[in-house]
Amino acid sequence: MSTTLVFLEHHGEELLKGSLGVLSKAAALGDADVAGVVVGSGVRGLAQQAGKFGATKVYIADDPRLEAPLAQPRVDVLAQLVRDKGIETVLFGNSVLAADVAAGLAARLDAGLNWDLADLVQQDGKLVGKRPALQDSVYVDVGWKSEPRLALFRSGSFDPVETGGSADSEDVPVALEDFSASARMVDQAHESSEGPSIEDAPVIVAGGRGLGGPENFTLVEELAKALGGAVGATRAVVDAGWYPYSTQVGQTGKTVSPRLYIACGISGAIQHKVGMQGSGVIVAINKDPNAPIFEFADLGVVGDVHAIVPKLTELVNARKGS
Amino acid sequence: MTKPADIPPPFRAADYIAAPSDPADERIEVGILIVGAGPAGLACAIRLGQLLEDAPEIRERLGEVPVAVLDKGKQVGSHLLSGAVVNPRALRRLFRGRKRIDEMPFYGPVEDESVYFLTKNSSLRIPAPPTMKNEGNYVASLSRLGRWLAEQAEEAGAMLLPETAAEKLLLSDGRARGVRTGDKGRGRDGQPLGNFEPGADIVARVTVLAEGTQGHLTGVALDRFGLAGENPQVWALGVKEVWKVTRPLDRVIHTMGWPLRPGAKFREFGGSFIYPLGEDMLTLGMVVGLDYRDVELSVHDLLQELKTHPLVRKLLEGGERVEWGAKTIPEGGFLALPKQLHAPGLLICGDAAGLVNVPALKGIHYAIESGSLAAEAAFAALQPGQTPSTPGALSVYDESLKQSFVWKDLYEVRNMRPAFGRGFWLGGALAGAMTATKGHFPRRDLHLERDVDVELIRTERAKDYPAPDGKLTFDKLSSVFASGNKTRDDQPNHIVIRRDVPQEVAALWERMCPAQVYEATETGVEVTPSNCVQCGAITAKGGRLTPPEGGSGPEYKLT
Amino acid sequence: MKIAVCVKSVPEGNSRIDPGTNRLDRSGEGALNAFDANALEEALQLKDATGEGEVVLVSLGPAKAQDALRKALAMGADRAVLVTDEAAAGSDLVATSSVLAKALEREGADLVLFGQQARDSDGAVLWAAVADRLRLPVVSQAAEITHDGGKLTVKRQTEFGYDVIEAPLPAVVAVSDAINEPRYPSLKGIMGAKSKPQETVSLAELGVEPERAGETGSLTEVYALNDPPARGDSRKIEDDGNAAQAILDFLAEKRLL
Repeated sequence: MSTTLVFLEHHGEELLKGSLGVLSKAAALGDADVAGVVVGSGVRGLAQQAGKFGATKVYIADDPRLEAPLAQPRVDVLAQLVRDKGIETVLFGNSVLAADVAAGLAARLDAGLNWDLADLVQQDGKLVGKRPALQDSVYVDVGWKSEPRLALFRSGSFDPVETGGSADSEDVPVALEDFSASARMVDQAHESSEGPSIEDAPVIVAGGRGLGGPENFTLVEELAKALGGAVGATRAVVDAGWYPYSTQVGQTGKTVSPRLYIACGISGAIQHKVGMQGSGVIVAINKDPNAPIFEFADLGVVGDVHAIVPKLTELVNARKGS
Repeated sequence: MTKPADIPPPFRAADYIAAPSDPADERIEVGILIVGAGPAGLACAIRLGQLLEDAPEIRERLGEVPVAVLDKGKQVGSHLLSGAVVNPRALRRLFRGRKRIDEMPFYGPVEDESVYFLTKNSSLRIPAPPTMKNEGNYVASLSRLGRWLAEQAEEAGAMLLPETAAEKLLLSDGRARGVRTGDKGRGRDGQPLGNFEPGADIVARVTVLAEGTQGHLTGVALDRFGLAGENPQVWALGVKEVWKVTRPLDRVIHTMGWPLRPGAKFREFGGSFIYPLGEDMLTLGMVVGLDYRDVELSVHDLLQELKTHPLVRKLLEGGERVEWGAKTIPEGGFLALPKQLHAPGLLICGDAAGLVNVPALKGIHYAIESGSLAAEAAFAALQPGQTPSTPGALSVYDESLKQSFVWKDLYEVRNMRPAFGRGFWLGGALAGAMTATKGHFPRRDLHLERDVDVELIRTERAKDYPAPDGKLTFDKLSSVFASGNKTRDDQPNHIVIRRDVPQEVAALWERMCPAQVYEATETGVEVTPSNCVQCGAITAKGGRLTPPEGGSGPEYKLT
Repeated sequence: MKIAVCVKSVPEGNSRIDPGTNRLDRSGEGALNAFDANALEEALQLKDATGEGEVVLVSLGPAKAQDALRKALAMGADRAVLVTDEAAAGSDLVATSSVLAKALEREGADLVLFGQQARDSDGAVLWAAVADRLRLPVVSQAAEITHDGGKLTVKRQTEFGYDVIEAPLPAVVAVSDAINEPRYPSLKGIMGAKSKPQETVSLAELGVEPERAGETGSLTEVYALNDPPARGDSRKIEDDGNAAQAILDFLAEKRLL
């Protein structure tokens, strides 16, 4: 059987949820042996985690030169691994690091890379990627002409599923090119205390005119905090000065695609819709039953945001506490 | 109720006039500056290219950039919108046989046409009024035609500068010297942002204003040079859509009647057009005079309502809206023309001058002809021994315009539009008499009333507008999106207007504006300038549109 | 310092897919990819800071990409090189990065800049592939660049905050759109752009075999276009006092908590 390799990224002592999701997906595809690769310094402990999520094997590249999360040394390691083991498919969950590694690897191996994929399926005997395009209004079927095949998935495409297995681990050699080792990390990022930025947030809670006034944005902030998300705003409220432009979602603001988007008091005009329609799940709360947002929300709630949002925040916090 | 005329906008023409102020080495010098890359401006550039080709010494004297054309849209065509059925006469003359009609981007000749009088559920075919016969004419998208004309203008040597707004008219010693372009990179309160780029003085030997309807500098120039005619200009608002359709339309259609109301008290003058654009698209629009009285009238929503009529619904079945736009049309015709269309160093062409034949719904060929004549006048004034800035040097423009078919056509139909101020039935009868007598009736010309002077009434018209279903009918914000408008939100407000206005005026503006720029509030009106598609309706009804940052506004492609 | 900025001409306005080719309809006017404007602005600022150097635009595209390049020249770049060749149409990442790398080798720049992504393909990957072919260090998502002699200090924006990375020149850097606000070209700049050198180069002149480019040289392919998967049943409820709980249950059901 061929092998599918999954790039497992970590932060601190944990493998990233995104990587584990891709690993679970690979295991579910069931058409190949699934191996993970962990790259860093002092990372042996992470190998065990991989086994629980579907890897039958974990390759470990553990070396002080790999401590900093820089892409090019990882390209060196992966390229050698793919060549040595004849790996046919390499999967990545998107992140700043993973995108650079995937693309560098594509060039190094002269291998096809399909990115921004939302799914991967077996179709007519071929591996086919599903790629949203044109502001998520179409899905394109993409494929590879040869092996190795590289795929980069949108973050949050898959949920990690624990299967409770275990994996064998194997150390792999680390030989770095001169140019790969020439950049150095002077200071590594510390977790920001303000919560995730709107571009990366897995959850966004957004407020619109229906909030009634700028002071009511605290409701939105509290819910965002409870859910570990970022705050978004519509053009109308940014224009009115209720919230900063950096949080504006929409045609003339940011385009976001979090796993969860909660729209509070937002009517859903198309200018806003095109900025968030790619979100995984959309919940809308608005007192106007005819608001256009109800046409495309997964859960529409006709009601008063001032009553519902604080109550929801309370419930979420209670559930977290328990 | 208060009329819009009672609360004039705080607009001062003098704010838009300046002497050249950039230091000489920073000033941009061109030979002839044309403001507006529409059919008039581009025809002017093309004709100049032809004339200069045969006069190398003159071209030499005009410097590195003999002909420059500015446009405030993102690209040529971004702000061009019309029906349109074009009379090819002026294009034939312009290209002097060097281009055939089949080389021009038309959607085909008019094969057949029908005029209908509509009621809510029925349509009555009526004979086409003689002024409206379209045999020998061609269907076009003005935006597309503009892009093609721009290519010809560039080939003829003109430099096109889109994304550039002409904000001020440069004058010194009573002569037009050029324009000052608008600043870019200002914030909501006018403050310079990080990438602030100030406008620049562009000086030229001759400045040609071809800005189209509600031309900004045209209004300023008419005021400064005292060129306004006896009658005020009046406007109609046209709102249109382009649709992909499953069955080709085989004819050009015009309608009158529903959804407009015929009673004299409503003063709802206008109708609709439906034109085929090739085999798989059509365009339809509603045009209504802005002298309407009902505060609740919304031309945008009348178009939505029109689409629910069985005749129209059938044409659009299975189709998809691909574009939307809106623009005003000057409707005063001959009676509203300025007394003179030139001043020292300055020429005015096209819709900016009001050269539109309302009963025939035609203006594009007049724009082209006037642009061409302006080019000839400018060229004549640049001959050795002449200078375009002496008073009268450009008077040959007015003279040649008066000798042309433009003048003759407009004169003949001069009283038709004012007749319709009396209501559909009486107006129709009067118009019939005018046609029969080729304009000799009436003996004394009628008068035009300013759109802002019209007394307002309020009915419950709005309750008949269809709720948007997102497939056949749409709301205003969806329409703004379909115009390609993605203007940045933090631009300064480019609409000069009083905010503390009475309820009825605020409501009037809210309904009137097809782009939902105005919102009536408890204290007056709120303005969302980034929605603006620069149609010009507000200028006709109590505010004043000035050009925003170059490159803003709609990005029309097929209108 | 010689800075090469990789730019792309992308279709203007709302994009459409050409049903014939299943690829983006590129028939309309082209515009400079908005994110590349950030890269160009950064290059111009770096050049302004040292007072000397050259900013050259490098692009792969059809002949009409010249219009977008002219706009970039109007902003202040010194010269443009467009690799244009029928054989290069439909190039994927592997093919594009090969061609661009060859063009960049030819320029021998000290610094190669990219914008954050291409609006038409939303690909945020090109620079890493090009850097690998050029065998140069690469730093992406640059929110700030400081140039000090032969090295760069780059503040990189990641999901976890900002890293600070040092890289020696020559290097490849991809800038995030947060790095600067691109300047508007001045009118003089626009008018002067026409006389700046705009070179076109074919694949043969670059020494790229045609099989390495275009659809032939691409290793990925497009099969079909589909509607997005149905969002699933959408539900609409009215608040009867329990809406918050209903939302919580819904989120739990969707495993979003």
